[in-house]
Amino acid sequence: MPAGLAPLIYLVSAALFIMGIKRLQSPDTARNGNMMSALGMLIAIVVTLLDQQIVSFPVIIAGMVVGGGLGFWMARSVKMTSMPQMVALLNGFGGGASLLVAGAEFLKVGMPNVVPLAAETNVTIQLGTFIGSITLTGSFIAFLKLQELMTGKPVTFPLQKTFNALVFLAIVTLGVYQVLVPGNQVEIYYAMVGLSLLLGVLLVIPIGGADMPVVIALLNSYSGLAAAMTGFVIDNQVLIVAGSLVGSSGLILTNIMCKAMNRSLANVLFAAFGADTPGGSGKSAEGLTVNEVSVEDAALRLAYARLVIVVPGYGLAVAQAQHVVRELADLIQKNGGEVKYAIHPVAGRMPGHMNVLLAESNVPYDQLVEMDDINPQFPRADVALVIGANDVVNPAAHNDPSSPIYGMPILDVENAQSTIVMKRSMNPGFAGIQNELFYHQKTSMLFGDAKASLSALVGEIKSL
Amino acid sequence: MSEGIILGIVVFTLATFLGFELIQRVPPTLHTPLMSGSNAISGITIVGALIVAGGDFGWISQYIGFGAVVLAMINVVGGYSVTDRMLQMFRKDPEAP
Repeated sequence: MPAGLAPLIYLVSAALFIMGIKRLQSPDTARNGNMMSALGMLIAIVVTLLDQQIVSFPVIIAGMVVGGGLGFWMARSVKMTSMPQMVALLNGFGGGASLLVAGAEFLKVGMPNVVPLAAETNVTIQLGTFIGSITLTGSFIAFLKLQELMTGKPVTFPLQKTFNALVFLAIVTLGVYQVLVPGNQVEIYYAMVGLSLLLGVLLVIPIGGADMPVVIALLNSYSGLAAAMTGFVIDNQVLIVAGSLVGSSGLILTNIMCKAMNRSLANVLFAAFGADTPGGSGKSAEGLTVNEVSVEDAALRLAYARLVIVVPGYGLAVAQAQHVVRELADLIQKNGGEVKYAIHPVAGRMPGHMNVLLAESNVPYDQLVEMDDINPQFPRADVALVIGANDVVNPAAHNDPSSPIYGMPILDVENAQSTIVMKRSMNPGFAGIQNELFYHQKTSMLFGDAKASLSALVGEIKSL
Repeated sequence: MSEGIILGIVVFTLATFLGFELIQRVPPTLHTPLMSGSNAISGITIVGALIVAGGDFGWISQYIGFGAVVLAMINVVGGYSVTDRMLQMFRKDPEAP
């Protein structure tokens, strides 16, 4: 390959990434966009293999076969409900790869034909190592929490923040020392890596399971930053472009998630939300009664409704009831009714998760309506059907300043003509907060497993 | 500072702004595929991993390089294929073949 051509071809890759993301602006073009992005990646890989001073291929081939095989297997076998865990793992692997590349660049100094590091390269190596490390272990903890291999509750200990701050200070000190003092101190580098890996763990353990969507989005951003840092380390622009695109993507999603929960990022990261389960929303549920509804009555109301707005929560996915919901919606539509799905930004366990789960059940994507667009439509809805959702429909967010979720934007289910809430029991939701919607006079409760109840509703409407 | 670093900072800043503009227009319904897809893009670290693994740096190439290529490839292949798997489910008329 002629010298100087490679950077231009890398530029083609970068352009394909950008065009690929642009095509994600509509579900119609999104798949094609993803292919363009993948093509960009393929080009980058091929150019690297042809242009860079690659002297031995066996390790590369082995790595590509093993990694590619594992990645393909994971992508094929993962369940859509487990997508947050999958993305958490991928974030971690991305961070890990950046850590290893930065580490290799540092450690190979002193070998034949390797020049000593310039101070600024050393800075980028330290930064890449740090970000890569916390992304690796932080993502792994997020994975363990989401997979329920460890407690979803915040893990806290006395003086936690002070301890974390000390660890961080130690990392900075070691990094600065490494850059300022000539010569590569390998032991200090290893200590820095160890402490950074530890900090990744420490930063994620105090964050509760309900806040994991924010954490994954943030780690997504870190994995991009880590890739950009690697770009600085090996002086390659395409890594910087791709990494900063991912970095900004993760930041935007983090911001959206925080807004949807009415929390600041600092609050999510450091407040250990949900550690001390709030008993109620200030108001006690004692003495309030709920209206229970039979499957027969609920079926009648749904069958003759003109507009039904389904409000799915993660409980729907847990019960694996997405497909039955679709069946129910089909029946309502056959009876001349209209069905829409109201999707709260934090309805699933990661941004947009609920949309994927419903799309998997063949719900047409134009029936999936986001919060700001669906809220004005609730007064027109004959029935709002709440399935396994709780905090995102809790009116306390509007009218109870003492509630932990006060001020959080919610789906205005209480404005619907009537509401049917499908729930296993009266236990409070993920965030452990009581919900006055359940005691509202317009609300009827349909207790039981969501999937069983929905199947019963389908059977009942069919026999009408 | 060397020209390379300065140029890098320029590219980084501009690409971040571009990223903000682009990604703000992605509808919430596609946020999960956006995350897995952008994850795949961050697998661009594969370029660095290949350079390490393909170099002549003894154990560093053999072990660290191998590990880096494996992790980055999982990111690339896993990210793109799972994103494709999700995106093919998003249809306006799922009944159509």
